[in-house]
Amino acid sequence: MRFSGWQVLRQGLIGNKGWAPQWRTPDPKTEYDIVIIGGGGHGLSTAYYLAKEYGLKNIAVLEKGYLGGGNVGRNTTIVRANYYLPGNSEFYSHSLKLWENLEAELNYNVMLSQRGVIQIFHSDGQRDAAARRGNAMINQGDDAILLDREGLRKIVPYLDYDNARFPVYGGLLHPRGGTARHDAVAWGFARGADQHGVDLIQNCEVTGIDVENGRVRGVQTTRGPIRAKKVAMVAAGRSSQVAAMAGMRLPIESHVLQAFVTEGLKPAIDHVISFGMGHFYISQSDKGGLVFGGDLDFYASYASRGGLHRKEQVMQAAMTLMPMIGKARVLRSWGGIMDMTPDGSPIIDKTHIEGLFVNAGWCYGGFKAVPGSGKSFAHLLATGNHHDPAARFQLSRFKSGHLIDEEGTGAQHNLH
Amino acid sequence: MRIKCPVCGERDRREFYYQGDAIALQRPDADAGPAAWDDYLHNRDNIAGVIRDLWHHEAGCGAWLVVTRNTNTHEVLATVLARDVASKEALI
Repeated sequence: MRFSGWQVLRQGLIGNKGWAPQWRTPDPKTEYDIVIIGGGGHGLSTAYYLAKEYGLKNIAVLEKGYLGGGNVGRNTTIVRANYYLPGNSEFYSHSLKLWENLEAELNYNVMLSQRGVIQIFHSDGQRDAAARRGNAMINQGDDAILLDREGLRKIVPYLDYDNARFPVYGGLLHPRGGTARHDAVAWGFARGADQHGVDLIQNCEVTGIDVENGRVRGVQTTRGPIRAKKVAMVAAGRSSQVAAMAGMRLPIESHVLQAFVTEGLKPAIDHVISFGMGHFYISQSDKGGLVFGGDLDFYASYASRGGLHRKEQVMQAAMTLMPMIGKARVLRSWGGIMDMTPDGSPIIDKTHIEGLFVNAGWCYGGFKAVPGSGKSFAHLLATGNHHDPAARFQLSRFKSGHLIDEEGTGAQHNLH
Repeated sequence: MRIKCPVCGERDRREFYYQGDAIALQRPDADAGPAAWDDYLHNRDNIAGVIRDLWHHEAGCGAWLVVTRNTNTHEVLATVLARDVASKEALI
């Protein structure tokens, strides 16, 4: 069924009895051309673009839980292309362009809201860095506006501009950045992939990867063995465990990142705002909840919950930047497991095993990458060649020293 | 989370700085070659379960510690001075 305003009206008139499930629930076949391990945002978008753009039909997505039940449903929904370094810059620019056409492409309301992303700065040095970043964004073809203190105050009046420790000097506005409805992105890609013939198989955990003579032959799963000509590992959060089944050791350390949401409030925060000192960022959801987060908990973890020390620090940062937030009440917090790489940038590559591919290491930037990552990974899977926007995300960069270290913090996984 | 420093006793996690996997104690020789250095700097076992990692009692006695910890539950199982581990394994 094609979704439209007319359908909503029509279904309303017939008692909403005509809605059907948005995708099939097939049993796994014994063999596929391509098996994708992981039914999150990246796995589903990979399947979608493989089927739609590259005309491949015999594809399965294997998900150990339910579709979109991992990090694509646990993030803070921010979409942006405000990166500085070559490698990241062209990739996120490419991804943002896909976002801008995603609703028409998928016939699905992903609620993309280009409300603008503002990075606040608090010193002359930070202003220079913001100007330089803004110029890099403009050179990439994206948009950036350097706001001085008064310019920022006009659109964001509620910050503590005269904070004694971190006075606000201005902000770098990226107008095309914003937020999207995270679950809808996973569902939209799932529905689109299913419509193009992809089998989406839930409750199917991969327990082994079969490799013979340096070539991948298929996977073992909780629903039986499945042969495959190509296997794609797209299991961010659990990438190391999946890769270990193929005897691989990845440049990844897993960390928990927390997020928070308050009770629903009337519209107050119109943009995505990030603090330039303590790591803190915030936006307001369409339901009215203030959605915000901060740094990693900083120690390796697979527990999808965070420690109190980080909650304390995030609340302190929030109060420092916008004291009005003290009146809001936090409803809940949660954690997601991040694939942290030594340079903070992701991996989209082949492996040393013929037919085995890896998409991992998204650190905490994976959500905005969902369309771009799927498109680039599908290109690699289908053609065997790296897709231009993601060509620098190769595993070999660590050995050769061509790291894409956006924050310049060096090869320590938790510092990115 | 609380960590028991062998010198100071049990302290709040906020007193400690996390460095990463205790692989940091197994620094290759300077001329070990790019593959060994790549592995040391970047690649990790990244186990979901019991691991050994390196912490610094930054806001306490300043000791470097090897903490044996469960990454699924955050349970701290053992804490020893990194110096003792390193000399025992003769790795630095």
